[in-house]
Amino acid sequence: MHALALLAASVTVVGAVMVITRRVAVHAVLYLVVTLLSLAVILVMQGASFAAMLEVIIYAGAIMVLFVFVIMMLNLGHPDSAREKEWLRPRAWCGPGLLAAIVCAELLYCMGTFSGPARPFAPITAHDVGLSLFGRYVLMVELASFLLLAGLVSAFHIGRNRVGGN
Amino acid sequence: MPAFSFNDILLLATTLFSVGLAGVLVRRNMVFMLMSLDIMLNAAALVFVGAGARWHDATGQVMFVLILALAAVETAVGLAIILCLHAHGRPTLDADTGNLLRGWNHG
Repeated sequence: MHALALLAASVTVVGAVMVITRRVAVHAVLYLVVTLLSLAVILVMQGASFAAMLEVIIYAGAIMVLFVFVIMMLNLGHPDSAREKEWLRPRAWCGPGLLAAIVCAELLYCMGTFSGPARPFAPITAHDVGLSLFGRYVLMVELASFLLLAGLVSAFHIGRNRVGGN
Repeated sequence: MPAFSFNDILLLATTLFSVGLAGVLVRRNMVFMLMSLDIMLNAAALVFVGAGARWHDATGQVMFVLILALAAVETAVGLAIILCLHAHGRPTLDADTGNLLRGWNHG
């Protein structure tokens, strides 16, 4: 594997591990932004520049801003950290961890044997994606719009209930 | 020659998904659980894009766009629920305390 690719992949994994181990939520959001940006680098390396652009704009730009807004509006305490520590005792995760390790080893073995003829590297541009999105998969675009509408309505409903309750 | 083979993409996506799953299982704070869900969705989207690059098909990126829409909706609704729970005087964001559905209007 290329050195830059290895660097981007390791930054992604380390960032993800830092996200789930932070105590302060804002630090976790910052690490998640780093993770998403390096994931965008990986997407560019696969020739998916349109997907990388969407990742930066929508994920790191819009969704993370939502997280920052909510964390700003909440004042978080840490009463749950003691219980989280208690869950991490070896007696609790030893058996499931062993079984999960067996399944993971099987998966890694299967991925090692997966191979195929190497193709020449050709990027997939936004033109191809647009043609496919609004050609063959136009029904899925409609379904996605239904999903967005459902999310909009439910978020509005939850917010309205909150104002009415006060 | 691409910098990643499809095996590397599968390995990286598996690692990312495992990290996200561990985050959902271990953390009890709902904000952290949402972030872990986002990591898991990103891993799934990475597999789609990697498969699209491997077989040179634009369908992988189409699925990436749809997963992006799904993640946006999931984050918006999840954060709205968190704000709603917090606004009704819940002192903590522990997910296990939110196990009553008819809490505030009827109680």
